[in-house]
Amino acid sequence: MDFALNEEQQQAAEMVRRFAQTEIEPTIGEWDRRQEMSPDVLPRMGELGILGICLPVRYGGQGFDYVTLGLVCEELERVDTTLRVIMSVHMGLCSLTILQWGTEEQKKRFLIPQAQGKEYAGFGLTEPGHGSDAANIRATARREGDTYILNGEKMWISLATKAHNFLVVARTDPNAKPSAGLTAFMITSDMKGVTTGDIHGKLGVRAGSTGWIAMQDVEVPAAYRIGEEGEGFKVAMSALDNGRYTVGAGATGLIRACLEESVAYAKQRETFGVPIAQHQLIQQKLGYMSLWYDTARLLCLRAGWMKNQGLRNTRETSQAKWYATDHSVMAALEAVQIHGAYGFSDEYKVERYLRNSKGAVIYEGTSEIHQLMQAAYALGERTDGKLRCELPAYDTEAWQTE
Amino acid sequence: MRIVVCTKETPDTAAKVEVSADGSVSWGDAPLVINPWDEYAVEEALQLKDRGASGITVLAAGTEVTRDALRHALAMGCDDAVLVDDPTLEQADTLLVSKALAAAVRKVDDVGIVLCGRTTTDGGSGLTPVQIGRWLGWSTLTYVSRVLAVDFAAGKITVERLLEEGRQVVESPLPVVISVVKEINEPRYPSFMGIRKAGKAEIPVWSAADLGLEGVAQVQWGAVSAPVTRDVQCEMITAVSVEEAADRLAEKLIADKVV
Ligand SMILES: Cc1cc2nc3c(=O)[nH]c(=O)nc-3n(C[C@H](O)[C@H](O)[C@H](O)COP(=O)(O)OP(=O)(O)OC[C@H]3O[C@@H](n4cnc5c(N)ncnc54)[C@H](O)[C@@H]3O)c2cc1C
Repeated sequence: MDFALNEEQQQAAEMVRRFAQTEIEPTIGEWDRRQEMSPDVLPRMGELGILGICLPVRYGGQGFDYVTLGLVCEELERVDTTLRVIMSVHMGLCSLTILQWGTEEQKKRFLIPQAQGKEYAGFGLTEPGHGSDAANIRATARREGDTYILNGEKMWISLATKAHNFLVVARTDPNAKPSAGLTAFMITSDMKGVTTGDIHGKLGVRAGSTGWIAMQDVEVPAAYRIGEEGEGFKVAMSALDNGRYTVGAGATGLIRACLEESVAYAKQRETFGVPIAQHQLIQQKLGYMSLWYDTARLLCLRAGWMKNQGLRNTRETSQAKWYATDHSVMAALEAVQIHGAYGFSDEYKVERYLRNSKGAVIYEGTSEIHQLMQAAYALGERTDGKLRCELPAYDTEAWQTE
Repeated sequence: MRIVVCTKETPDTAAKVEVSADGSVSWGDAPLVINPWDEYAVEEALQLKDRGASGITVLAAGTEVTRDALRHALAMGCDDAVLVDDPTLEQADTLLVSKALAAAVRKVDDVGIVLCGRTTTDGGSGLTPVQIGRWLGWSTLTYVSRVLAVDFAAGKITVERLLEEGRQVVESPLPVVISVVKEINEPRYPSFMGIRKAGKAEIPVWSAADLGLEGVAQVQWGAVSAPVTRDVQCEMITAVSVEEAADRLAEKLIADKVV
């Protein structure tokens, strides 16, 4: 068994760490306060290749593996959750789904510009009335010749006002059992009948875009259908296998952020004549945080390794996401506590960490949903059958050939 | 004409360097990184390639651990790398290191410019670039903050040097040895493609014998001691606006009779 990262994985993570530290960190607090996304973030991430990190070079990507994707997410969320959210929807939920389920034409049309960072991508499953209960969504798609007509509203969509392309799920067969009547499509923000907007007043991820997509008689070419008719639920769930991986890896970075800021503060703040780091109750918090960090990281690395091997990882990814996000909330709470009143103000970063941590236990499967999934696996009530299209195993040769 | 960048590895600047009683220096398990000053040299080499240089070779005298610094330079975009590694160089002083580097530069075809960082963050002598120039018999332009003009065909370069007294513009025929200051550019990050290529790159090792090199270090480190630490009080001045913070700082400086 080998726990070592290779040099390329380490250097890629280091490069992203430098980008986030030098270009984002100095001003992120201000963007967060303004509830706006810096206009430089997406273009810079595209330019540097981060938006195509684990996609094959022949599709415009950088040819790295799935483990590197996780490491990159950790580094991004070490600085701010909104950076990692971009990777979750653009890469995890949309681009990797096209890699897995898309036809060669669809890869040319969508995957290449997305990998190159020329087009940004989002994912629209949730609706105003249906989140956890995704099989019962209301949006509809009606086939007319070579097009589908889409109607409905998607809510809480990350990058709603920034993305060019969205993978959306709509109902094509109202008579089939709920999960069997859904179909996935790629739509573009410039299609007639597509309108989008941002939601303001969010608790966290304030330096990012979260919004809605309204679809009114949107004509979508049949060639933009991802997978077969009726396969939409499977497509969406496999998208979540990848999105959740990025969320878990990112939350790992958030735990690290809490730990690092807390250690620095605890060494410097004095009470009763000694640095607070010398009080055992503070040490206990730091001890737990470091345990949570390592555990979350190991769970995520296992999921990434399984993806590299081409092994089905729905259970392991769900576990990694559930554990890492729950513990990032706990770590952020402790970090604020260690900072005392200063942690309660936006003069220090930990209050932003706390607000940001709360989103990830809600999106991409609430913690309750993951708990139910894990229990179902444990009880033997849930097994994962083979999919028609599996996420391709990482193959250096195939990924890096120009 | 080619460019050669000379580099080495140094402890990360964030590392806590400690000197023990017996004079040995350690920095815990902090990673070794490319000497930060050399990143500016690599960046300038990349920009000079855009201005007509034919290629970039990055060169280091060191040991196996030095490979990471070389790979970093390759990942930033240098074309090839060479490691000069020989047991006789283990305790080398700058004179010997510069001799080895100069000999290696001579082995590279058609070199127009040798670029170095101003100094290293560990040894900190700043002597190596000048000594390389002396061994090669080339002009040495130190503390360069801007390459104003370069003409590889005509073999001419004009640079601005950043000196304590001000700026100086000098012109020199090529080949030259240049040391750069950090005002010269903003080093790029290694690219992902660069990282992958660097990971696969073969880095040849040249020994003292390959370079026809002999000599022993003249300088020995007699004793190393840590600087005396001073207890400093740090007070953060905060205010809602920059102006207000500046006012408070000024008041404080006057009150404490600093100004
Ligand atoms: C910042 C942010 C970004 C988002 N980005 C996207 C995006 O890009 N694309 C997208 O499609 N969606 C996105 N979402 C939506 C997100 O996926 C949903 O909010 C999530 O699935 C939960 O759905 P809901 O909010 O409707 O909650 P509900 O499903 O209404 O759940 C309410 C509560 O009931 C609990 N609950 C529900 N069912 C059960 C059960 N069976 N047993 C026990 N408890 C249960 C839940 O855990 C939760 O606590 C985003 C959300 C946020 C906050």
